[in-house]
Amino acid sequence: MSDNHYIPKSKVGKWFNDRLPLLTLANHLTDYPTPKNLNYWWTFGGILTFCLITQIVTGLVLAMHYVADTKLAFASVEHIMRDVNYGWLIRYVHANGASMFFLAVYIHIFRSLFYGSYKSPREIIWILGIIIYLLMMAAAFMGYVLPWGQMSYWGATVITNLFSAIPFIGEGITTWLWGGFSVDNPTLTRFYALHYLIPFLILGLVVLHIWALHVPGNNNPVGIEIKKPSNDTVPFHPYIVIKDAFALLLFMIVFAFFVFYTPNILGHADNYIEANPLVTPAHIVPEWYLLPFYAILRSVPDKLMGVIAMFSAILILVALPWLDTSKVRSAVFRPLYKQFYWILVIDVLILGYVGAMPAEGLYLLVARVATAYYFIHFLVILPVLGLTEKTNAIPLSISEPVLAGSAMPTRNIKDKIEINLKSLG
Amino acid sequence: MSDKKPKNRRDFIFTATAAAGAVGVGAAVWPLIDQMNPDASVKALASTEVDISSVKPGQSITVVWRGKPVFIKRRTQEEIDKARSVSLDELKHPEKDEDRVKNPEWLVMLGICTHLGCVPLSDKGEYDGWFCPCHGSHYDTSGRIRKGPAPINMEIPEYVFLNDNTIKIG
Repeated sequence: MSDNHYIPKSKVGKWFNDRLPLLTLANHLTDYPTPKNLNYWWTFGGILTFCLITQIVTGLVLAMHYVADTKLAFASVEHIMRDVNYGWLIRYVHANGASMFFLAVYIHIFRSLFYGSYKSPREIIWILGIIIYLLMMAAAFMGYVLPWGQMSYWGATVITNLFSAIPFIGEGITTWLWGGFSVDNPTLTRFYALHYLIPFLILGLVVLHIWALHVPGNNNPVGIEIKKPSNDTVPFHPYIVIKDAFALLLFMIVFAFFVFYTPNILGHADNYIEANPLVTPAHIVPEWYLLPFYAILRSVPDKLMGVIAMFSAILILVALPWLDTSKVRSAVFRPLYKQFYWILVIDVLILGYVGAMPAEGLYLLVARVATAYYFIHFLVILPVLGLTEKTNAIPLSISEPVLAGSAMPTRNIKDKIEINLKSLG
Repeated sequence: MSDKKPKNRRDFIFTATAAAGAVGVGAAVWPLIDQMNPDASVKALASTEVDISSVKPGQSITVVWRGKPVFIKRRTQEEIDKARSVSLDELKHPEKDEDRVKNPEWLVMLGICTHLGCVPLSDKGEYDGWFCPCHGSHYDTSGRIRKGPAPINMEIPEYVFLNDNTIKIG
């Protein structure tokens, strides 16, 4: 941590800081020593913060016009789209913002998987992240119900029915969630209340997530512990701030592309049909960011086991810091893990693809194989690999490979000494 | 306080306070949980009467009961025979067709797939009964699950024939 003995220069500042040390906090955040080798995969934390704030601000504005009543909800959304000043823009930013949020969070999660950021001493950061991710899914699901279109209604029906798979108490829980005998007005009003609440819970958890991050400090692409501050670190401001801002700008271009050029491509046409409890759309598909889990759910032929498999697929991530037995964090120095990592990425993409396809024939077979592999990766490959893999030598500091005149990490100590001697001349 | 910690009045007071507190918290939390259960106005809509006089053999109508679709199917003799000729060993959830109807001609059941609650399509699927498009469950002409992820047969609600032309559901 940077110095805890910060003293404001101005008299007023000192007076205030003695009573509430906000300036000490601000100073900590500006001076926070950050590894100097962070690449652009590390900019997604800042991008995610931007996404969360965008969702809260646009959501607040939408809430001023939206009516949570089964008779009025669909019309009120159309009212936002047609009548409210800039309503179309605000709603499209909010709807696409959810997708952008998930896009960023998946990159953020897979960054951690590649560089081993979940490993000791950062397990709590990782677990807080998983909780945030779960809350994001809950918020996204409930938000999708609010426009009260066909996909809203039937998505809500399918997801709430997942709980009916629980033996004995399942039916009671489902009725309790619905507030009736089917998804109806009581369901809509409570989803609206919770949809408004969850972003603020996420905000609180994000504060804890960053707090937990600032205790050990950032992991980095090389994955080694570094001395902080040292010549391996740079202060957060201005170095990381400007890098994050540049990445955010690029991200916003992608965001704006969806909002302005193809705002409905990530949604479903069926959701522009008002909810009808008597007609199920021919093909129910969740939003793209839930597809891999949907594929896992459908790949198991038994209802209860399917639900268990789907929830396990997410909860298994909580145990990841202990399932991965390797002491080496970064995949850069783990030649085998690096390959399995990319297989996992492809596996999840395949699950996402078959999740969008009908659950039959070849798609179902592929979904089953991909589901099995997903669990094998975490439960078999990672624990075994950590114990058997021959890892490459890791550098002693971030500066070392650079100063030694090579971007490639040095293979072993003897080479290193020779190179150092040569460079000394 | 002595080192051996004999049970004394203070321990009793701690236990009693914690117990009273737990009961108090429970009593305060229960209304907050129970308010989410179906309310009186939802429960009041518990029964529906349906006129079935215009339904011809082979046709089926869908009515809403408690916000859920109910299929009322007037089955042809062929469909009844088909449902009754199946041996119970072939069924995932063995139920005789006789036990699922009050009058063999009329099949009254909740039009909700027992997998995840979609509304199955009628006269579809491999058993000429119903087919759920969501996750591919096939039901026969008695509404029994024959193939796919649904665990049990489509549910039969409580109903009575008030007269030849009227059914009361619920």
